[in-house]
Amino acid sequence: MKITKILFSLLLISSVFIIGCGPKDADIKAAVEEKLKANTDMTGPMTVSVTDGVATISGECKDDACRAKCEDLAKSAKGVKSVVNNCVVAVKTVAPVEVASDDALATGVMDATKDHPGVKASVNDGVVTLTGEIKRDQLSKLMMTLNTLKPKKIDNQLIIK
Amino acid sequence: MALQEKYKQLTEAAGTAGIINLQVREQSNVLYIDGEAPTPAVKDKLWDIYNRIDPDFRSGDLVMNINVAAGAGTKAKVTTDSSNLNIRKGPGTDQPIVGKAAHNSIVTLLSKTNGQWWLIKTDEGEEGYAYAEYLTPE
Repeated sequence: MKITKILFSLLLISSVFIIGCGPKDADIKAAVEEKLKANTDMTGPMTVSVTDGVATISGECKDDACRAKCEDLAKSAKGVKSVVNNCVVAVKTVAPVEVASDDALATGVMDATKDHPGVKASVNDGVVTLTGEIKRDQLSKLMMTLNTLKPKKIDNQLIIK
Repeated sequence: MALQEKYKQLTEAAGTAGIINLQVREQSNVLYIDGEAPTPAVKDKLWDIYNRIDPDFRSGDLVMNINVAAGAGTKAKVTTDSSNLNIRKGPGTDQPIVGKAAHNSIVTLLSKTNGQWWLIKTDEGEEGYAYAEYLTPE
């Protein structure tokens, strides 16, 4: 009788142990959080929740690659069965391109073409139009300078000799 | 997005070459690439790629505003074709000439007025504005 009791209680203890053997959700959460630290492309804080081994991650990523990386990292954490990826890709605010005024452009173009006597240039609504002729080895240098004047566009109609 | 694809090799090269404050923007069918190159060689390399993708820069669909990063105190070589470089009283070819920097000589950059005009000082102590196209930071 006594032996049966002991055996029974042993069985009970071991069954509890076996059932509770998988990592707890809290441990999985910590593991996922640790893994996600490896992703340095996050643009905001990341939150993780885990229910029955299913990890839900949310936060702000720089791009799609960063978002995919978050998911892979979360999946690689011990005990994670699946991942719900609620991460969003940050919308970039791009400042519009600044175009110089025609007066500023005309002055800049005049300076830039001074040493290229064959080149004629006109400026209209931000567009610099080049006509006339130039030697090929001079073209890059002229273009490099004209490109720094903040034109809207450069229309190169030069005859290249 | 088609332009970003056309010049992909260029923008990728700009990214890996360490262009400072690199910005790539597309607006009204023109791609704008802005930034500062760490060395003159990097700037030249990007222009070579540009010339390869769009021979002789004919398409008019890219504005590449890349300057060479150079702070006050930087030494620069006078890289004119053969003549001496005019040093002017102010930033503009309409300004009076106050001195000359010899071809291939080294001058000191004092400040940048803009991408075109730099305030420089020669070893002889002459000070004034010179056209940046003919100055190559060392």
